[in-house]
Amino acid sequence: MRFVFKTRYDQDIALFKHNGQRFWYGLLMVVLLALPFGLEEYVMSQLHFVLIYSIIGLGLMLLVGFTGQISLGHAAFLAVGAYTEALLQARGVPFLVSLPCAALFSAIAGLVVGLPALRLKGIYLAIATLAFNVIVEEVITRWESLTGGNSGQHLKPIVLFGARFDGAAAFYYLCLALTALSIFALLNLLRSPTGRAFVAIRDSEISASCMGVNLAKYKTLSFAISAALTGIGGALYAHKVTFISPEQFTLLQSIELVTIVILGGVGSLHGAVLGAAFLIVLPQLIAVAKDYLPGNVAGSGLQSVVFGLVLIGFIVFEPLGLYGRWLKVRTWFELFPFYRKGMFRRQKSYMKSERLR
Amino acid sequence: MLNQLLQLIVAGVAQGCVYALVALGFVLIYKATETVNFAQGDLMMLGAFFALTASVMMGWPYWATILFAVIVMAVVGMLLEKVVLRPVLGQPAFTVVMITIGVGYVLRGVVTMVPGWGTDTFTLPTPFSEGVVRFGGVIFAVQQLAVIGMTTALCAALYVFFRYSKLGVAMQATSQNQLAAAYMGIPVRRVNMLVWGLSAGVAAFAGILLAPVTFVHSNMGFIGLKAFPAAVVGGFGSVPGAIVGGLIIGLVEALAGFYMAEGFKDVAAYVVVLIVLLIKPSGIFGETARKKV
Repeated sequence: MRFVFKTRYDQDIALFKHNGQRFWYGLLMVVLLALPFGLEEYVMSQLHFVLIYSIIGLGLMLLVGFTGQISLGHAAFLAVGAYTEALLQARGVPFLVSLPCAALFSAIAGLVVGLPALRLKGIYLAIATLAFNVIVEEVITRWESLTGGNSGQHLKPIVLFGARFDGAAAFYYLCLALTALSIFALLNLLRSPTGRAFVAIRDSEISASCMGVNLAKYKTLSFAISAALTGIGGALYAHKVTFISPEQFTLLQSIELVTIVILGGVGSLHGAVLGAAFLIVLPQLIAVAKDYLPGNVAGSGLQSVVFGLVLIGFIVFEPLGLYGRWLKVRTWFELFPFYRKGMFRRQKSYMKSERLR
Repeated sequence: MLNQLLQLIVAGVAQGCVYALVALGFVLIYKATETVNFAQGDLMMLGAFFALTASVMMGWPYWATILFAVIVMAVVGMLLEKVVLRPVLGQPAFTVVMITIGVGYVLRGVVTMVPGWGTDTFTLPTPFSEGVVRFGGVIFAVQQLAVIGMTTALCAALYVFFRYSKLGVAMQATSQNQLAAAYMGIPVRRVNMLVWGLSAGVAAFAGILLAPVTFVHSNMGFIGLKAFPAAVVGGFGSVPGAIVGGLIIGLVEALAGFYMAEGFKDVAAYVVVLIVLLIKPSGIFGETARKKV
């Protein structure tokens, strides 16, 4: 175990706490950069999805994990990003302009949803975002003159600086760059006063407002930033699947996005990436397992059952998610042989009642 | 014109009754344990499947079918509380919501694996034929009138239960203040378990009422997503609110489906809930007060 002896205040907010972190994250980056040279097309394609869902998961993590707001409507922001990208591309707008536009329009949608969030809490906020999602989906379906309705929209490969990004490796590097940028941006955001305000709101709204945090401003800001990241993810998603239609952005999609956050571990950026990877790998594992199961079990319901059981299992046995599990394993090795069983057990928790009495 | 409106209103109220019963299930659980049960719609689906088994495979009469489904589902509900929900008591509300979503996924999947259930669509036979009643110039479907009648009967029974029975009063006490209820000698955990059972039983009843309208299949539980707005419109912590909210959503949907452009029917419930939340964030019957620090 390494202890950092801090001698300057800067060290408290440094991105890398010590040289070990610099080395390991550097190594990870090198490995990620080298991946396209050794992998086949199909695996690369799954990696694209992992990176895209990571960006979306990061956006949702900021909102759910760091600001403590609930959203069951993130598929709506995904849809706004994807359709903005598709429509702008169809009108000949270059990718360098259309991607920021996708983020911008999603952010505006986020602002619209963020406004009721000022008055709503908990389950009421969840319902409001859920309603928003359903309405956006219906609007996309019915506004045929703009979106093409159920017949959907086709996308062409991205062209950037005259180069076509239609190869698996090229698209991978683009996604990787955007994911890395998003993580870097969020890390910077979270160590700034804005990020501290978000965390303060999560921990206690009343204390935060007593400390001078403007609740209205920061809640809407959190929704907007989260939606913008989701919009970027949506634009990439649209290019990845090359065909988008309203049924890709349903409530079930929203729920799936939230599970990224839950499975990865609420309140950690690592968790968003790990959760995204898990969400992509799980269906592959199920497809493999299907060959060994009897016919009536291996039907269409299997994925839903496994998905539900995994979700329940994580919440009951590992509320800290995949990242929490990783922390425990790492601590076990670092402290060997002194690891104690209850080290990460939650302190006695009291039910936070939303009731008045 | 007026006749048509009356028919629409009856159809809307009948649909609203089902929403109201599912919403009632949400509210009962929410009041007792502060858990929002996203699996309520799927419990309803499961109840309909149990009714289907009793009625088609075992050939029981309609009333025995209802009793069977309600009792089995009550047991399922209690088991759910004991096995899945109790270990996560005290975790943030959102985590608990996610676990009920997980339960919903499992139920939807398991139903497709059970032999004889599967992914097909089934019809649940009912004694109420496809006949109609003429009342003046207005035509009512017997089916809809039966739904309204049975919902009214169930609500009356629940009212009597909560007002006069010892257990009902204990449930009310627990949902108002758990600590005080425990001091009065009420076994709070057991009562909460029974509330889950009651709620799942009501869901099974709703599923049987809904079966003739949407038929029985593994995705019929998604109607629970319409019952959510119903519960919120009425105010999430209020039992009469759930009934009124359900009726409002049902009526609005029926009227929007007829008088407005195509597509409005599906979103009408959500538009209504957004409007209500904007005007009165705690719903029509919800109490507004400030949280004490």
